[in-house]
Parts: sequence; structure tokens; C-alpha cells
Amino acid sequence: MSTDTPSAGDDESTTEAQLQARIEELEESVAKLEADDEQKKMSIIATKGTLDMAYPPLILASTAAAFGYDVTVFHTFWGLEILHEERSKNLKLSSVGNPNMPVPNVVGAIPGMDRVTTKMMEKRINDNDTATIQELLETSLDMGVEFQACQMTIELMDYDEEEFYDGVTTGVGAATALEDMAGADIQLLV
Amino acid sequence: MSEAFDITETLDVQGESCPMPVVKTKNAIDDIPENGVLEVLSTDSGSMSDIDGWAQGTDGVELLEQVEDGDVYKHYVEKTN
Repeated sequence: MSTDTPSAGDDESTTEAQLQARIEELEESVAKLEADDEQKKMSIIATKGTLDMAYPPLILASTAAAFGYDVTVFHTFWGLEILHEERSKNLKLSSVGNPNMPVPNVVGAIPGMDRVTTKMMEKRINDNDTATIQELLETSLDMGVEFQACQMTIELMDYDEEEFYDGVTTGVGAATALEDMAGADIQLLV
Repeated sequence: MSEAFDITETLDVQGESCPMPVVKTKNAIDDIPENGVLEVLSTDSGSMSDIDGWAQGTDGVELLEQVEDGDVYKHYVEKTN
């Protein structure tokens, strides 16, 4: 208890005004928190760049955007290929290491076979009217999905930032991804 | 069946597959006025479950009806607010 007590009347009125201000401040921050909480968020880390593995992050990102989610896709290592305007149109698929493909590994390892398996897959994508990687990426960008390209791997792979699609965020790292995941309702590593 | 409500706009996504029917439905709903009804024509059998799931998880839309008409799956979505 302080002995330095001003006159009782002053003290009460000051305290009341301060409390009122504090209440308003808290009400404001609660409203803000509630608003933030209502906005659903999804955070995907895309690490793969083969033709088959490029699909899941983009399908989920565009679908989540359709559900009204704020979506961030952080691309690192081979996942950068998806954001690379030229390379995204030529993603490859290999049967080597994939025992579910109708090509034995020993045959798949023959030079040129990756081109054959990629063509097979591209034909199926085309025959089934499945959206292309480029279409999915552009649709997602239009819907406000944020695509981030990991700065460390851009440098590691020796890419030029200009080579990525317009609208791709660069200059971000693991801390950005972690922060994003911490605030997300759904976090996925693909 | 579709006579039960006035269709504001029809979205034809026949031939397109997941995730496009849902993605395009969402974009088309954004463009129609409140209380408008969007008719979606799809040949993707997964669209029956997907559009239902999307409508349930999305505020401001109500799935009025889903009809299987031969090879075409018809969905009627209202923009509620």
C-alpha cells in the first residue's frame, strides 16, 4: 500500500477513466482476435517438383481458396520448379523408384525413359481434361493464394527471381514459413 | 427439377475434373447477386460430394439441390448473403 495517496476524489475519477479506457482497449483487441480467429488459414510446404507431386499442393491450395481460406504455399528445394514459369511447363515424371508404374526400374533407368513416362502421364492428364499445373497455378494466384519461393533454395538452385510467375513472393525463409504454420488451421508438408 | 427456382446463371464445367468444378463454382458464386441461384453442370462424379462439402464449409451459400441427369451432374447453389 502506498502512503503517497492523493485526495480520494481525484484518485477515484482518474481510476474510473483509466479503467474505462482499458476496457475499450481490451474490447477492441478481443474483437480483432475474434475476427482473426474466424478467418481460416492453410499453410502448405511444397518440396517436390515432379509432375505427379506438383499437383497435390496446387489442388489443395485452390480448393481451400474456394472454401474461403487464406492460403500460403511455401516452395522449397524442388518445389520451386512449380513456380518457375518455364520449368513448370516441363515437369518430369520418372518410373524409377516408383514400383506402381507399369515400367520395371531397370527399363525406367534407360536414358530417355523419363521422357516416355512423362509423355504417358501428360497424355492421361490431357485425355482426362485434368487441369495443367500452369492452369492450377494461375487460378490459385487469381484467387489470392500466396506462393512463396524460399530464398535459400533460389540461391542454391541458382534461379533468377525474374523467372518465377508474376505474383510469387521471394525473399522469405524458414522463419516466415514457421510463423505462417503457427497461425494456420491446416499445415501440410508435400 | 430446375423449375423450382429461378436460375440466375449457369456454369458449364462439363469435362473438367477436380478441383475445377468447385473452384469455378466459387468464382461464379462471387459474381452473381445475393439470393441468386447458380446452376452448375458437371460430368465429374466427384462433384456430387465435392460441391456438397464445399457448400457446407462455406458461409453465404446454400446447396438447394443436386440432380443426376444421365451423364450430367446438376447442382443448384444459392448465394444467401
